[in-house]
Amino acid sequence: MLGRLSWSAIPFDQPIPLITSVVVILIVLAVLAIVTVKGWWPYLWREWITSVDHKRIGIMYVFLGLVMMLRGFADAIMMRTQQAVAVGSAQGYLPPEHYDQIFSAHGTIMIFFVAMPLIFGMMNFVVPLQLGVRDVAFPVLNSVAFWLTASGALLVNLSLFIGNFARTGWWNYPPLSELAYSPGVGVDYYLWSLQISGAGTLMGGINMVTTILKLRCPGMSYFRMPVFCWTALASSMLIVAAFPILTATFVMLLLDRYVGMHFFTNEAGGNQMMYVNLFWIWGHPEVYILILPAFGVFSEVIATFSGKPLFGYRSMVLATLAICIISFMVWLHHFFTMGAGADVNAFFGIMSMIIAVPTGVKIFNWLFTMFRGSVVFTTPVLYTIGFMVTFVIGGLTGVLLAIPPIDFVVHNTVFLVAHFHNVIIGGVVFGMFAAYNYWFPKAFGFTLHDGWGKAGFWCWLVGFYLAFMPLYVLGLLGMARRLQHIDDPGWQPLLLVAELGAVVIFLGILCQIMQLYVSIRTREQRRDQAGDPWNGRTLEWSTSSPPPPYNFAVMPKVETLDAFWEMKQAGRAARQPPYEAIEVPRNTGTGFITAFFATMTGFAAIWDIWWMAILGLLAIVITASAFGWSENREQEISADELSRREDAWLSPGPAA
Amino acid sequence: MVGADRPLHERTPGVEAEESRANVLSYTVGFGLAVILTVMSFVVAQTNLLWEPGIPVGLVVLAFAQIGVHLVFFLHMGSGSDNTNNIIALTYGVWIVFLVIAGSCWIMFNLYANMM
Repeated sequence: MLGRLSWSAIPFDQPIPLITSVVVILIVLAVLAIVTVKGWWPYLWREWITSVDHKRIGIMYVFLGLVMMLRGFADAIMMRTQQAVAVGSAQGYLPPEHYDQIFSAHGTIMIFFVAMPLIFGMMNFVVPLQLGVRDVAFPVLNSVAFWLTASGALLVNLSLFIGNFARTGWWNYPPLSELAYSPGVGVDYYLWSLQISGAGTLMGGINMVTTILKLRCPGMSYFRMPVFCWTALASSMLIVAAFPILTATFVMLLLDRYVGMHFFTNEAGGNQMMYVNLFWIWGHPEVYILILPAFGVFSEVIATFSGKPLFGYRSMVLATLAICIISFMVWLHHFFTMGAGADVNAFFGIMSMIIAVPTGVKIFNWLFTMFRGSVVFTTPVLYTIGFMVTFVIGGLTGVLLAIPPIDFVVHNTVFLVAHFHNVIIGGVVFGMFAAYNYWFPKAFGFTLHDGWGKAGFWCWLVGFYLAFMPLYVLGLLGMARRLQHIDDPGWQPLLLVAELGAVVIFLGILCQIMQLYVSIRTREQRRDQAGDPWNGRTLEWSTSSPPPPYNFAVMPKVETLDAFWEMKQAGRAARQPPYEAIEVPRNTGTGFITAFFATMTGFAAIWDIWWMAILGLLAIVITASAFGWSENREQEISADELSRREDAWLSPGPAA
Repeated sequence: MVGADRPLHERTPGVEAEESRANVLSYTVGFGLAVILTVMSFVVAQTNLLWEPGIPVGLVVLAFAQIGVHLVFFLHMGSGSDNTNNIIALTYGVWIVFLVIAGSCWIMFNLYANMM
């Protein structure tokens, strides 16, 4: 009846997961209780859970990413602490089987449930506003995509309380991840949560590509699109091309595990190297899926706060598209040591060095944008400059790793760990924090406190260098990654420095929480009444903050690059009536209900509760069909309503 | 909000002047061709209609024909007046598939060769 599920799945005998579970469950119950007592459920359901507004979905994506970042960071600081104390005769406080779950969960969560939701959130919120349109191409699909991502995140977190998570690292390589070596539910949690969220990611990618190619306001030709839209397009094209490969690879591993097939086993003609190959055909484009939107953010931020057009717009676009193509031709550099010959390794090594060229072009573009500009040093600009310095170091160690003989020496050491944290924290995370500070006033109608933001930035920057520069040294000394116990006491001082770095990053997170708290408390003084707090260049700043559900009462008409800036210069920024009635999509619970049943199906499949899995699948089909046959999916906003809302914004009376 | 109503100079690129109308006949023809091609590949694989070493070649030819049928009849490739987006997307897709298949074969056979 309940498959493999029994009381033994609850970790009563392990104090750390048990206490964590109890605390998390209490927090969740407290939040639910507050929401219930305050009577917020109808509001949440009507305005957020069922929302198909791209801005609301974008905000929910970012919220999911930030919450999951706390979980991923908790894993990180636990690992750093274990490595700092478990030296010589000391064993530390984490047993190996628990430590293995922590590093697997840390990688999986940070890539799939922090970085991906953050970039999707930013793309969702910003792209339609920058393109001057009223919504994405498929609003309901957007909602489904978000809730499927949330469903995957929920499953990963459930593994903390019920059963356990994979102990295989975030790549989940066979043969270790095959049934013979990982018989428990850990690998199944990994596979099902990533299959469900992967489906959501693919839907989101298709939606973004269609939106950018097909829905642009009049006059917005390709070479008038803001750079962020270009990077969102390139990133989404990579998603559409790469995620099906990951899904297919996981399907094969699932078939191996559930029905005894032999795609990646050691016997019966299986080949685990094929998994490694397929995983990284997805994995390398994934790196650029994450970093390209961050590049777009830096381009917007640096142009706005330098008060100048972006230097070399066309070269920026070409560099982005070049990365979009070349990123599919370098994947073998993740497994130089697997045994391919010199010709294969040399080809992929050279390609890996070539892909550094377009990124170098971009760095120079940003530098020349700042050159002779009047740069305003706000928090987003600090993140951008911090990124430029840090990312160049990460890029250079990347070029080192692209040389196969060097890779053979430092492969699987913490040198590599330092390299990819260098580019992901220095690139993606800084980019998303810059975006968060930059677009927050657009999303909520008031600016964030700059002082706390800067304090957060400095903690993150210093903490990052303290935490990861020692790992470069330790990697060159030969320290393997994923060690639960350190034999060489000579490494301990550097590991203690790295631990200190993690603590400083933690202070940075506290500053960011303080920043949010202080900003909300003082929001009346920091209202963004005009909707354009930074003297922006692109169309999202031409509407109110927060934008109305229909984004633009009158469709913008674009004649140049940096459309809003040029409109302001030419004195054409003010919009004029008459307004015409607008149709907007009606909210629907389809996304939430689909994801609810997807979670149920995934959970049932993990625990072999087949009747429940079949019921869940059926329910998903019924939900989708019910939506497909539904009518009356749009509602109209009348011209009177429009003119009332627009007047309230454009000429605020004493009541406002 | 239909871009095709706008004058040409301010139209979003890729928005077609008139939507190509697919009808029941074209879908039926496409479905019929797809079924015939599927049945043919089973026949080719399980009988000695073709010279035996030529069977894989025959299957590849049928597979490509199947792709063509899907693109033309179900995805309406090549029937609109402005097809730039479709062609770019198809080229990109073909290129990625080529990289994945050719790259994987090259890497995996290289690994085998080194194990000899």
